[in-house]
Amino acid sequence: MDNVSGPTATASDGVTRRSFYVAAIYGLGALIGAALGLPAAIYLLFPPKIRSADPFVEIGDVTSLAADSPTEMTFRRNRTDGWKVSSEKATAWVVKHADNSVTAFGPQCTHLGCAYHWDDGKTLFMCPCHNSFFSIDGKVTSGPAPRPLDRYETRIDGKKLLVGPLLAPEKHA
Amino acid sequence: MKRRWSSFSDWLDHRTGVQTAVRQFLYEEIPASSGWHQIFGSVAVFLFLVQAFTGALLAFNYAPTPGDAYNSVRYILTELTGGRLIRGLHHWGASMMIVVVVLHMVQVFLYGAYKKPREATWMVGVVLLLVTLAYGLTGYLLPWDNRAYWGTVITTRIAGSAPVVGPYLTRLLGGGGAVGVVTFARFYGMHVLLLPPATILLIALHVFLVRKHGVAPAPGDELLPRKQFFPAQVFKDTVAIFVAFAILYTLALVARVPLEQLADPTDATYVPRPEWYFLFLFQTLKLFPGPLEVLGSVVLPGVAVLTLILVPFLDRSRLVKVTKRTFALGVVVLAAIGWGGLTAAAIATTPKPQEAAQIDYSAPTDWLQLTPQEMSGIAYFRQEHCVSCHATGDGSSKLGPDLTQASIHKDAAWMIQHFKRPSAMRPGSAMPPIQLSDAQLNSLAAFLLKLNPTNASALGNAPDFATAGALVYQANQCGGCHSVNGMGMKIGPSLNGLAQRRSRSWVEEHFANPESLSPGTMMPPYSLTPKDMENLTTYLFSLPDTGGSQ
Repeated sequence: MDNVSGPTATASDGVTRRSFYVAAIYGLGALIGAALGLPAAIYLLFPPKIRSADPFVEIGDVTSLAADSPTEMTFRRNRTDGWKVSSEKATAWVVKHADNSVTAFGPQCTHLGCAYHWDDGKTLFMCPCHNSFFSIDGKVTSGPAPRPLDRYETRIDGKKLLVGPLLAPEKHA
Repeated sequence: MKRRWSSFSDWLDHRTGVQTAVRQFLYEEIPASSGWHQIFGSVAVFLFLVQAFTGALLAFNYAPTPGDAYNSVRYILTELTGGRLIRGLHHWGASMMIVVVVLHMVQVFLYGAYKKPREATWMVGVVLLLVTLAYGLTGYLLPWDNRAYWGTVITTRIAGSAPVVGPYLTRLLGGGGAVGVVTFARFYGMHVLLLPPATILLIALHVFLVRKHGVAPAPGDELLPRKQFFPAQVFKDTVAIFVAFAILYTLALVARVPLEQLADPTDATYVPRPEWYFLFLFQTLKLFPGPLEVLGSVVLPGVAVLTLILVPFLDRSRLVKVTKRTFALGVVVLAAIGWGGLTAAAIATTPKPQEAAQIDYSAPTDWLQLTPQEMSGIAYFRQEHCVSCHATGDGSSKLGPDLTQASIHKDAAWMIQHFKRPSAMRPGSAMPPIQLSDAQLNSLAAFLLKLNPTNASALGNAPDFATAGALVYQANQCGGCHSVNGMGMKIGPSLNGLAQRRSRSWVEEHFANPESLSPGTMMPPYSLTPKDMENLTTYLFSLPDTGGSQ
């Protein structure tokens, strides 16, 4: 607003008082703007403090799995979406290896998200949508899929198999 | 650079006229008597802007349906950084806006600034006051807690009792006196879709009328040279705005806005109270019993509003100095006394909440999920002053290790040995032995195993009645027959959701003589001290209703 020139005061005393007024108006205005704007930015941009419990859910008994024979296992897990916690069905393709370690793959093809299945004859995971094939360790053997199958974090507690969140693709790509 | 800027601003002004408009606005001439007493209008406009801004921010994380509304408000308060501040600003801003709008009105009234030719300005102002009150009324319901729900039940009933239009108002507010999804949607729609544009239009009209007739002069002004609005008066307005803002900000930071429990339409014990600025109306109602009630609820307020609107026509006398307007001053003083008296009477007759211990749902309530054993562990944790030597995830450096660190959490057996003889388990430990029984140490260990950096402060919110109640629960081995939060035996009923099934007095009587209330029960009588009884019952009544599924 300082380029808006009003009738000028003649006394120099008047000029300094005027510039004090203008400075105070801008200064207080800026202070109020910052006191409102900063918390607003934090409120909108900071991620929510998710206070969820243990993200791992038990999905079954490890000992019941046969080695190197992928099994589709379904389970229910709680998904926190903002203020909503919903229980939803989830699926994992679980492979027990010879050394008793376990891998759990996410149920969607990495190409366009179709549901794939294990083909016993070919001993490959096969996606019917565009014929992507994955080996038992999740690597792409043929087809348009851009990266290996996604994996869940897993944990074994005694006999219980627990799965956590899906790992980000970069971690194992 | 400067030349380029000035040629740009010339271009902009030529094409849009924006600078000329700003100049006309700022250099408008005002009477010589203008000064600090005329700041309230600007402050009111500023507060409206704060409400619009914080309201939009809240709406970004708010689900406008009952149930979800409550959860999303809790989410804003407990999960979002700065959410508590934003809601605080919006909540206290509403109260403050009413205060400032009323002060503005009182100032205009005292100075007689509503007189010819400013009658229309005054009348638009009265409508703006009503709009401000409408915000308060509709916004009150939106958190959908008990307070919101029961307050609105009263409002809709009052509206329904109006002569002639009552039934139509009831239908307009979405139902036969019951407050449900339809009423909620109507209130929300009013609050965020209808009232804001109406306010903007009315403010624009109000300011336009002020400009059209000029700021009201005082007698004697005509002899003095006129002043300019900018910068001296703008400076005064800005200072006033800043003071108001500082008060509002402090309130938002310091005064916790309550969130009660989720609205419970079956809760017959809840004593509803409206927001403080409606208390006087609430009290007026009580002065008119029975069939006369409509006088207090509709007729009298209606007459008052009508009188307020007609003020410029009731007083058509010449403008005189404010110091000579003794009659106006008398009216204001009488109104203030009346309002203050009614409000004070309403506050005085508000019964104290019967449960001395109210749970604050605006803070994390993770402690509600603890088992009684873990909860009594908190009691020992506080009793033994563990925090004087240990930090709990707040990063402070203290003598002992941080108790939220997983590395120090061994199993319960190890911890109990450690509590008894600290230096035997950790050579060189300076910790003194804890003088508690094995069962008590077991509770303490159970709580510590539950503690982690993310829940430490949330568990620290556990109120004293809950920890004391859990001690009574443990001492009487209630868990031998009952379960709480999935822990305990299933011989007796689960105690989760007890508050939904039984009244407080029933439970208290049942402790003393179970046979009299549930014949054939296996439960033995318990003679508890009044304090123990109160803590235990309040604790049990606070337990979340899990529908017995846990």
